[in-house]
Amino acid sequence: MGISDYGSRPLIFLNERSAIDPDPPVALDPLARLHLDTPLLLGLLSVALIGLVVLYSSSQQDVQLVLRQAAHLGLGFMVLVAVAQVPLRYLRRLTPWLYAAGIGLLIAVLLFGTVRQGAQRWLNLGIVQFQPSELMKLAVPMMLAWYFTSKPLPPRWPYLIVSVVIIALPVVLILKQPDLGTALLVAMTGAVMLFLAGVSWRLIALLAALLAAIAPLFWQLVMRDYQRQRVLTFLHPESDPLGAGWNIIQSKIAIGSGGLYGKGWLNGTQSQLEFLPESSTDFIFAVFAEEFGLIGVCILVGVYLFLVIRGLLIAMRAKNTYSRLLAGSLIMIFFIYVFVNMGMVSGLLPVVGLPLPLVSYGGTALVTIMAGFGMLMNIATHRFRT
Amino acid sequence: MKQHHAHGQAVATVDAKEPKLPRGRNIRVEHQLTKRRLVWVLVLACTALLLLGSRMAQLQVMQHEHFTTLSDGNRMRLQPLPPTRGLIFDRNGVLLAGNLPSHRLEITREQLEQSFDDTVQQLRDLVAIEPVDVDRFRRLSRNRAPYSGVPLRFNLSEDEVARLSVNLHRMPGVRIEADLTRHYPLGPQAVHTVGYVGRIDDREMQIIDVRQYAGSTHIGKTGIERSYEQLLHGRVGHQRVETNAQGRVLRVLDKTPPVPGMNLYLSLDIRLQQYAKEALGEQSGAVVAIDPRNGEVLAFVSTPDYDPNLFVNGISHTDYRALNTHPERPLFNRALLGAYPPGSTIKPMMSVAGFSTGVADHNRSVFCPGFFTLPGQSSRRFRDWLRTGHGTVNMVRAVAESCDVYYYQLALDMGIERMYEHLTQFGFSYTTGIDLVGERAGLIPSPEWKRRVHNQPWYTGETVIAGIGQGYMLTTPLQLAHATAALAMRGQRFRPRLLYATQGQNGRGYALTEPELLPPVGYDDPTGWRYINHSMIEVVHGRRGTARRIGQGLDYQIAGKTGTSQVFGLGQDEEYDAGRLPRHLHDHALFIAYAPADQPQIAIAAIVEHGGGGSSVAAPVVRQILDGYFRLWEQTADLSQ
Repeated sequence: MGISDYGSRPLIFLNERSAIDPDPPVALDPLARLHLDTPLLLGLLSVALIGLVVLYSSSQQDVQLVLRQAAHLGLGFMVLVAVAQVPLRYLRRLTPWLYAAGIGLLIAVLLFGTVRQGAQRWLNLGIVQFQPSELMKLAVPMMLAWYFTSKPLPPRWPYLIVSVVIIALPVVLILKQPDLGTALLVAMTGAVMLFLAGVSWRLIALLAALLAAIAPLFWQLVMRDYQRQRVLTFLHPESDPLGAGWNIIQSKIAIGSGGLYGKGWLNGTQSQLEFLPESSTDFIFAVFAEEFGLIGVCILVGVYLFLVIRGLLIAMRAKNTYSRLLAGSLIMIFFIYVFVNMGMVSGLLPVVGLPLPLVSYGGTALVTIMAGFGMLMNIATHRFRT
Repeated sequence: MKQHHAHGQAVATVDAKEPKLPRGRNIRVEHQLTKRRLVWVLVLACTALLLLGSRMAQLQVMQHEHFTTLSDGNRMRLQPLPPTRGLIFDRNGVLLAGNLPSHRLEITREQLEQSFDDTVQQLRDLVAIEPVDVDRFRRLSRNRAPYSGVPLRFNLSEDEVARLSVNLHRMPGVRIEADLTRHYPLGPQAVHTVGYVGRIDDREMQIIDVRQYAGSTHIGKTGIERSYEQLLHGRVGHQRVETNAQGRVLRVLDKTPPVPGMNLYLSLDIRLQQYAKEALGEQSGAVVAIDPRNGEVLAFVSTPDYDPNLFVNGISHTDYRALNTHPERPLFNRALLGAYPPGSTIKPMMSVAGFSTGVADHNRSVFCPGFFTLPGQSSRRFRDWLRTGHGTVNMVRAVAESCDVYYYQLALDMGIERMYEHLTQFGFSYTTGIDLVGERAGLIPSPEWKRRVHNQPWYTGETVIAGIGQGYMLTTPLQLAHATAALAMRGQRFRPRLLYATQGQNGRGYALTEPELLPPVGYDDPTGWRYINHSMIEVVHGRRGTARRIGQGLDYQIAGKTGTSQVFGLGQDEEYDAGRLPRHLHDHALFIAYAPADQPQIAIAAIVEHGGGGSSVAAPVVRQILDGYFRLWEQTADLSQ
């Protein structure tokens, strides 16, 4: 695939901005040669760095843990770079197979998966434990993008139904594990994708109404006791201060007591004295907010917002529908992660176990997110080659 | 709608140059659509972040102070520092109740890595753990704060501590805690006065000042430990500590030290106490010795007794059952709570009442034929203990030989109302107000009382037998000793007191207890008192005195009175035969005495339950104690010279 292909494209379809954009982005930027987007990469590195600093504090100066997380990050960036190299059309062509494989693995997990803490989410692959639902976080938007690209937009009714099936199938399978958080995330990705694909506002309103209508049924029939408990705890954390409400109460205390300027690095009493549970994983944002205060929070949120804006910009500039839809939904998954995590830690949303991307300790979600960013960079730099 | 319009347009402008594109697509329209939607998404994301930002501002700026308070409340804890309990000594500084360092085994359930039962099983290899311990643990666990330890075993031996210490690292949640435990080094020696402490129970929880007892586990249950609980306990201290979520103390922020309880010196002389115990031996009974000059209680013994150390950390069921079902009731404090008919020991007080009312005088004499009849009721005979009779007796002989008929007549002449008035002046029928809890008042009967309690009229015959301390009349050994002290002091009375002195914190400074005067007996004719004193000397030193046997070989003078109180009412002509009666129906043997008779230093009342005769059983007990007392007194006198 060379630059010569470029000439055969009708220029009229190019984004107006492309006229000012010095294309193709070669030579000038050494990172661009690696198909990496410099602003995105810088943003990711800053968040990762902040993450390691907070982790050092939240783990009570556990250097081993910080090194392991650094290794996770290293792996994540490697995945990012690797994914960025694969020509997008291969990825596009692979999409249905990836999706099918994902569905197959989800079924396999229900049949042969390892049970941990009452949920069957993992496939034991000998060396590594693999969570197929993670794969679906990428496979579902890819599949939808692939599907919508072959149909005119906005999708008409029959296509819409097919796309809903594409979303619902993995969501139901993930719910079966059960893993409410991931299922909701996958469903939301699908929803974002439908929105990007141009589903009419009327339909959106209709779907919202429908969702409100089936919510009670969902509560009664699908949700497990522990999931209902989480929602109830969210609504009234004080009803069970030592049990289910403990996390959220302690995390609000951590955030609130941090104040405007924070208690200072390594000085957060809530986390250092172990009052805050899950302080290195899902609730690490509370540690950050306690030690760095509202000012720190604004900076961190600012960096995240920068990443989101950059991602959306990449989506807008992408040259074909598949890339635009995929880029848009990928960056929105990332945003949903950030928002849901911060929302739950601050008591704005119920506790669904989602990590704060690049900051929370852990490798699984990190690799998925980095693979997503790999694709984003891919889209950003392969603009003229699809 | 826009979408609809765009769609219609798309059909019209299929791009022939894009063969790969599916039918019905318009790339430009699609791009515009997705771009619009991407902008929307950005708007939504920004709105969401704005919401989040305002939430953070709410938590971190508006509610910052509230959460700071909560955060400090989380990490800072006010820990009570229990005061050290005051010590109890006898008047010579012999330790009666002290505090021993002890180790207890505590378990914090939240920190256990295995089940509680497994932990106990594992611990059994190292220390003895009885089912009682486990029961108590469960009981104490019921209302405790999360992450607080609950004791499983108290008083670990040194071996046990050593064995545990090397193994504890394998058992998180199991700790050895050091504290002080109450210890009574002399065991049963003074249990009926000193009492004991025990764990605070639910009922006590309701009445104590919960703040003062925040760190305390024990409280005085009986005796001095209970009546001087406030002095002994001291004042609680506090320290503010920083803890982690597990409740482990990381550092002490500040501290208000506790004020230890006061040391108490009792008026008891533990050696005299020991003599009294030895004198009573295996017999059930009580001895109370009082210094008549100030009301100090010198000995206060009730036998059988028990070891108070058993109660300190919870008595076992078997031990408790053994004590509780013992036929001689060792837990029963006879000296304080035992109410006995005083028998003939009431006679000297009756003499005072006789003089005081003017019914009797030095010249009064009565012929004693061995029985007494009420005028006009010759069939009902009130017997004298001596069937053959004493002949004509005056008061001195009536006391010395314990003639009943003299006092039958005196009682009859005086009438029950005046007897009540004058005998209560000795403190009978009222509590003496000694510094022990739960004292019994005894009883001097009166017609008014009988009407109130039994709803029956008073019979003259009841007046007659009251004259020799029988019938309804009941006194405690403490009351008898107190009344004897009043006799010794010729009517002057002091409130009996066990507290001799208090000593403030850190063993500095003593405060002696002031003697407390009580209203005196209302008779102040010295001749009459001398006469009564003489009659009581005759009991011991007279040729025909009932206690003349203890008078042999005395180098000091004792004034005393024997008494034999009936437990069992004999029929009109029945004979009291100890050999044929079960022991629990045998007469109680009593003896009251003060010595030296001319300048009394000590007044004693002794009772031997079902012992038989006062002269043969109770009097020797008192002699033995008095001998001991004067031996000690001479030693002290020698030392001070």
